Amino acid sequence: MSRGVIGNNGMRVKDVLQNYVFLLPALILFATFYIYPVYKVFELSLFEYDGISPHKYFVGMGNFADVMCNKIWWTSMWNAAYITILALVFQNALALVLALIVDKDLKGGKFYRVVFYLPPVLSGIVIGLIWNWIYDGNYGLLNHWLSTLGLGNLARSWLADPKTAITCVAIIHMWRGFGWGFIILLAGLQNIPRELYEAARMDGASGLDIFRRVTVPLMIPVFILVAVLTVLGTMQIYDLIVSTTGGGPGYHTEVPITRILAAMIGSSRFGYACALGLVFGVVLLVASMSQLRLSRHLKQT
Amino acid sequence: MIKFKMNRYVTHKRLKGFLMHLVLVSVAVTCIFPLVWMFSSSLKTQDTVFSDMSIFVNNPKWGNYCEAWTKGRFGTYFFNSILYTTSVVAGVVFFASLAAFAFARLNFPGKNLLFYMFLITMMIPIPGSFIALYVLLSKLNLINTRLGYILPQINAGLALAIYLLKTFFEEIPKDLEDSAKIDGCGKFGVYWHIAMPLAKPAIAVIVVFNAMAVWNEYLLAMLILSSKSLMPLQRGLMVFQGAHITRYPLLMAGITITVIPIVIVYLLMQRHIITGITAGAVKG
Repeated sequence: MSRGVIGNNGMRVKDVLQNYVFLLPALILFATFYIYPVYKVFELSLFEYDGISPHKYFVGMGNFADVMCNKIWWTSMWNAAYITILALVFQNALALVLALIVDKDLKGGKFYRVVFYLPPVLSGIVIGLIWNWIYDGNYGLLNHWLSTLGLGNLARSWLADPKTAITCVAIIHMWRGFGWGFIILLAGLQNIPRELYEAARMDGASGLDIFRRVTVPLMIPVFILVAVLTVLGTMQIYDLIVSTTGGGPGYHTEVPITRILAAMIGSSRFGYACALGLVFGVVLLVASMSQLRLSRHLKQT
Repeated sequence: MIKFKMNRYVTHKRLKGFLMHLVLVSVAVTCIFPLVWMFSSSLKTQDTVFSDMSIFVNNPKWGNYCEAWTKGRFGTYFFNSILYTTSVVAGVVFFASLAAFAFARLNFPGKNLLFYMFLITMMIPIPGSFIALYVLLSKLNLINTRLGYILPQINAGLALAIYLLKTFFEEIPKDLEDSAKIDGCGKFGVYWHIAMPLAKPAIAVIVVFNAMAVWNEYLLAMLILSSKSLMPLQRGLMVFQGAHITRYPLLMAGITITVIPIVIVYLLMQRHIITGITAGAVKG
């Protein structure tokens, strides 16, 4: 009996130690690169620390007070929220429409699945650098097409114009993300038993009725899941900002992660950057919790 | 009358089908077009790239790729990306499968507690943890080293991989394990000869997902790596763009070099990616 329980005392010591060996590499990595940094973020947020010098100064909640009255920080939060709202509405609506169409056993469903998931496979850096050129003021494709259509007066430097920059970034972000929502929503739709549709049709329900009475109620958990992941993913947008606007013009496309990095690398205020990160984490947690609450509420009614 | 109604029904249905296809095709075109544009621009010359709007290039200038590869240092970046991706993927698969095997098939005190600890980390976002990670790596003298870039990313891939593999390992019949033991297999033998081969589908998902994540990673590379000789492609692209902002054909060649491997992996393994997204999403 090398395995199994002997009496109440559990297992042989050597056996247990052997079993821990399997866990050891993962545990060491996890303790070093997850638990320690998480603990350190909480600790550092209470200090003024430049990241290099051996000294750090305890400031209590001082960093958090700074976070609260930092206008640029809350602008960056609003910018990310703006992109998130657009993504929640338009990206997910597009994903749902496409998923509903492909779910109807249309020919070529496999092909579309592969193509729609192509943008999410690419990095934010690559996507941003390609789209820069589409939006470019002098040589951009968008301006080129506009002038071909006789709308040359609309042409502008899309990513450098404060009026359009953030919406243009949001469009790139949604282009990148809808395929991912499409895959999850389609998987959800295909889990719905076909007999339910048949039965509803027998009862004389119209297409819209079936959608409202059969599809939507069954899909609510999937909708909420997609919504939560959209919020978490979009609020933490970073690569795409770096490769397109870098946060500009002015602070018009700054987002939380770029501000955290600016506090850390730009101003060498590591403690303050940690406080920003924690406040941001709490916002994300509250956002996803309230969405889960909403889903429970919707399920009950 | 009935016939007329039927005809109308059929044309209505055809029209609807046509419109649906139109939507799908136009969205598909917008997905592919930027990539086609990137590729054709990479074959134009500096003089023609802004005026020549054609997709099919006359006299494609393949030399752009040579120049990007050597002078643009994309060869170095490419090598680094391959190295980082393979090391992280190997690390994740090996360490996660060992841990998952322990959680699924072995007994020890604190098993459930430890398992849930791993799971919870996937659910709570700590957006500032890279600051502390940076502090830690500089204490360990791992800033601007390959190891300092690889180890945190192995850790980042562990939780989901352990979760996926554990469910696979739990389904292995007890008889199989017992008969292997009668044949003289130890615990490690059962893990290596029985459990791992049976978990191939889950391993495929883990490989694709981590490969994509590492290949596309930027934030850590920006924080940790400052020597050009250590940078992966994403970081190299930004450096190149910063230094040669107007050399569009070369930049596009560099982007194409960056994109091709991951697109090939994606096309070959897209089945596993779809499984993975659905599994990961249901989990998260």
